[in-house]
Amino acid sequence: MFCAIPPPERSEAMTKQLALVIDLNTCVGCHACGAICKSWNTSGQFGPLTDHNPYGKDVTGVWFNRIQTYEVGEYPDVEVVHFPKSCMHCVDAPCVPVCPTNATYKREEDGIVLVNYNDCIGCKYCSWACPYGCREFDHHDGVMKKCTLCVDRIYDQTLPEDERVPACVLACPARARSFGDINDPESEVSRAIRDKMGYKLMPETGANPANHYLPRRKTHVALDLDQVTVKKQKAIIVTRKSAQEGETLIEDFGIGG
Amino acid sequence: MTATNTAKNGALEVKTTTCYMCACRCGIKVTVENGQVRFIQGNPDHPTNRGVICAKGSSGAMKQNSPARIFSPLLRKEGSERGAGEFEQISWDQAYDILTERLKKIRSEDPKKLAFFTGRDQMQALTSYFTKQFGSPNYAAHGGFCSVNMATGMIYSIGGSCWEFGAPDWDRAKYAVIFGVAEDHDSNPMKLGISKFKERGGKLVVVNPVRSGYGAVADEWIPVRPGTDGALIMGMLKVLLENGLFDREFLLTQTNAPQLVVLDEGGEDEGLFWQEGEFEDSDHTANYVWDTVTNSPMPFGAKGVKPKLVGEFKTPDGKRVKTAFTLLSERALADYPLDKVSKITGVPKEQIERVALEMGVIARDETITLPIEWTDAFGEHHKTVTGNPVSIFGMRGLAAHSNGFQTIRAFSTLMMVLGIVDRPGGFRHKPPFPKPIPPCPKPIDGPQYIQPNTPLPNPELGFPTKPENLMINEDGSPVRIDKAFSWEFPLTAHGMLQNVITNAHKHDPYKIDTLILFMANMAWNSSMNTSRMLEMLRDKDDNGEHRIPFIVVSDAFYSEQVAYADLVLPDTTYLERYDVLSLLDRPISEVTGLVDSIRQPVIDPPEGCEPFQETLLKLAGRLGLPGFCDDAGKAKFRDYKDFVINWTVAPDTPVGFLAGWRGKEGRDHIVGEPNPDQWEMYVKNGCFFELELEESLQYNRNINQGYLDWALDHKLIRRNDPIIMKIYSETLQRFRLAAKGVRKGRQPKTEATRRRIQKYFDPVPFWHPPLEDYRVDTEKYRIHAITQRPMPQYHAWDSQNAWLRQIIGQNFLYMNPILARKLGLAEMDWVWVESSHGKIRCQMKTTQAVQPDTVWTWNAMGKHAGAWALDPNVDEVQKAFLLNHLITEEISDGDGGFVSNSDPISGQAAWYDLRVRIWKAEEEGAWPQFTPIKPPPGMKKAPDVLRYSSSGKK
Repeated sequence: MFCAIPPPERSEAMTKQLALVIDLNTCVGCHACGAICKSWNTSGQFGPLTDHNPYGKDVTGVWFNRIQTYEVGEYPDVEVVHFPKSCMHCVDAPCVPVCPTNATYKREEDGIVLVNYNDCIGCKYCSWACPYGCREFDHHDGVMKKCTLCVDRIYDQTLPEDERVPACVLACPARARSFGDINDPESEVSRAIRDKMGYKLMPETGANPANHYLPRRKTHVALDLDQVTVKKQKAIIVTRKSAQEGETLIEDFGIGG
Repeated sequence: MTATNTAKNGALEVKTTTCYMCACRCGIKVTVENGQVRFIQGNPDHPTNRGVICAKGSSGAMKQNSPARIFSPLLRKEGSERGAGEFEQISWDQAYDILTERLKKIRSEDPKKLAFFTGRDQMQALTSYFTKQFGSPNYAAHGGFCSVNMATGMIYSIGGSCWEFGAPDWDRAKYAVIFGVAEDHDSNPMKLGISKFKERGGKLVVVNPVRSGYGAVADEWIPVRPGTDGALIMGMLKVLLENGLFDREFLLTQTNAPQLVVLDEGGEDEGLFWQEGEFEDSDHTANYVWDTVTNSPMPFGAKGVKPKLVGEFKTPDGKRVKTAFTLLSERALADYPLDKVSKITGVPKEQIERVALEMGVIARDETITLPIEWTDAFGEHHKTVTGNPVSIFGMRGLAAHSNGFQTIRAFSTLMMVLGIVDRPGGFRHKPPFPKPIPPCPKPIDGPQYIQPNTPLPNPELGFPTKPENLMINEDGSPVRIDKAFSWEFPLTAHGMLQNVITNAHKHDPYKIDTLILFMANMAWNSSMNTSRMLEMLRDKDDNGEHRIPFIVVSDAFYSEQVAYADLVLPDTTYLERYDVLSLLDRPISEVTGLVDSIRQPVIDPPEGCEPFQETLLKLAGRLGLPGFCDDAGKAKFRDYKDFVINWTVAPDTPVGFLAGWRGKEGRDHIVGEPNPDQWEMYVKNGCFFELELEESLQYNRNINQGYLDWALDHKLIRRNDPIIMKIYSETLQRFRLAAKGVRKGRQPKTEATRRRIQKYFDPVPFWHPPLEDYRVDTEKYRIHAITQRPMPQYHAWDSQNAWLRQIIGQNFLYMNPILARKLGLAEMDWVWVESSHGKIRCQMKTTQAVQPDTVWTWNAMGKHAGAWALDPNVDEVQKAFLLNHLITEEISDGDGGFVSNSDPISGQAAWYDLRVRIWKAEEEGAWPQFTPIKPPPGMKKAPDVLRYSSSGKK
């Protein structure tokens, strides 16, 4: 696909790699990121994102971002982990070399992996190659679709500057998602990865995913029994005023639930 | 495919308004393209959501796009059954003629024959005013079946509550415990708060039988058995009290803990606070403490008095008294040994003790001090504000039980004992709360105020403090159709929507004529015993007339309830209308100050649809309702926007629906003359108004004289007296004395109500088993069954959203593998679930994240075949299910009669008391099933393929 998005300023080093960093410590699994992604992208440059049987049996549709939920451990020592997953924009993206028409490509300028819908023949090699299951075949269009890191938002000069982020980052009510250049050591995302033990999903795939996850970080209170010892526990005239008799006030409203 | 020019996105029109995909009321920015929703995002300036948005809010485009939309008023076809879906389209004029004729007749004969009940309508200031001016007491919104225990249990204790009434201080708390909060109440603010709190390294403890949602990110999970949180909290109180981990100064100055309770039995003051001189049965007597300086009773708060917190004393008039705190301590220490609490709750003793100690020690030792000067209500000036950085929050898991009111009394008491109410790091009120305990408005106290063609003198709802405030007849029978404010359910501040259809069907206490429902799906997921509810709606008398003669429903979509209406009024969506989120309704304030907001239309409503507010105004005009019409009976307001701007609460009180930009120039706030440009000023400010209080007014507001004076001046409260929190509830004791026959004045007439009130109206918080446990064989029905709300769908009540249904379309019965093994069940088995009342078939799955005696499922997933423009073959119909069928709407009163399955104090519907047994089913598919509802005339066909794009790209 010819992309009308203006190319970003190229840095000298040419090593920019944009990515999402997702904090599993605060992700509550609300699906906000998935829904806003659908909303932005279906009316956006890479949409529509087809839904089949939207009001019927076996409803299914194209989503760039899906949230999975896992349980780890056994009752009562069980953790519930919500795990949002979208294209990892891998540095060594396995979906790129397998594409027979070069429809899937990785942008040099920012590392975003995109699909040119015009060249995609729907052979699905890329979805076989993707170790993360992050490609979405649109049966209606017969082409493969996927997360674009909202490439039609992040460089859009007409949007307010602080909104030039992927829609999922904008939405996340738990502020569990951040976006930036993981190759810039001073970026917010790089710092988060460093400081909060950020990791790549299944590094053994060799795909070198750009997106990172931050693990659960638990807070424990270590109470010393000595701390519980009983500690020895340690009036001017005010004019009382009232509203007029029979006066209607805000206090009289908002009773019901 | 051609790419659009990205610059165009910026050129599209972006309008602010307020979300309504659930009850959270977030500020949103809507980008509109070709008259359709291009994008909905959070408004970064809005105090509620600070720019974030949830899955529901993001999916507003699919609400607009729903094929279930109704485009014309519908009249049920003569001779057709309710629920069949046989409607004819009529004009709005015809609809108004039918309604006006009917309501005029009711109003001129007996106004209470109109019952008007709404769900979470977000316009209760208008709907309650309409009914009040009509003259019927039969009005309420959905609180009775939702979370009224949370509201009243706390308002009767600390003068405020959770959610829109108060919130944890997420910025400063170091330890937070949230009880019974699953995925809701509230949504985005809770997520923002938890995220901030965890980022700062606070410890989050979640008490819930299910670990999902917020529980997932908790540092510690306490898997409590449903309905036993009250016992757990009393156990925690025991640990705190016996270890001296309580905030003595807070208890002495802000609560009635040191006040002296009369112990002597038989007198009219038994169990009430001791008074000097002649006994006066009043809400406003000065209460006394035991002063260690003079060794005598002295008025609470008097200068120089050094009160005892604990002790028994003999007053000068020879009465035996104890401090309220002593009674609480005795109760907690004697009745809640941890072995017993552990057995009741299923929570290990060690965990209860450890968490209680962690709370207590952190509250005591990690005190926060802020350099903020303030003056208390006793005249003392303080250089600083201090706080104990432990926060507690709770919601429906505590509330939706028949023991919820007392559980939430215990929960509030825990806050008081830790000294965390409205202090830094604790739980903070949101103005206009705190209000007096309880707030002043009272319901009408008898039928004499219900007169033809006459407005009621008071709002339909209020806060009783004594039997004289009940809305009952001379013979003690209820005045309201839902039996709110009756001896059966005295403190029913939100009414009892859950009783309306049952009582109206029984003609108990009387027959009504017309039932108007708005935003309440009583014919499906909002009712207990849904199958029976549908029969009641269909039932006819021998003369062929329906037992509930006429049902009017306003809705934008073809819900189950719409199919059971006689007259349907097509509403607009939230993106198509004017609306207010008013301080006169449930407010959307922040802990730092007042907030209210508006909705403005961002999309043109389709032909044939009308905002329900406009419908009510037109109807009020046609009925000539005072307040809506001038003396000549002519409508005073052009439309709803005009009403919002110009209506005031009383002719001489310039307070209206909106607090911002009042006065001719728009310079006044809260109190001020109507401002013709007020609406535009809201729009200019992003559709909300925020008034941040100065810092000195932001803490300790129960006794912060500066705040109380400010609140009085701005007509938020009636008096600037300190709002002393209630560890001990005299209100409850007054009802108890009436039930004992000790108190003069109104007394309950039946043995059953006397017994109920004596048992449950305990002035000191306590735990009792949910009423269901007394009623059913708990050996046979051993398993607790509850629902949780899915974050992407909860409260997204009025459309079947094409995107959100892809996230969850079928609910399962989730159970612990320990239980599944005991029951001999394998993953994905279809099972029968039976309560003492009914039976359903559904599919099970196992999860480690549930208490082993409990099964749970997502709320409101199952749909009636034919509703919501869904194909009858969808999973929502064929596989998803409602637990509602298993929950009885009435329980025995022990004397051969029946009462609502609700909390005996507040009337809160006891959804989560349910007990079931489960076994493997041979057949598959959800059961029961119902004959599909036919689609109404004029409804669009649902597409097979949806390619939504606001640009029109194919």
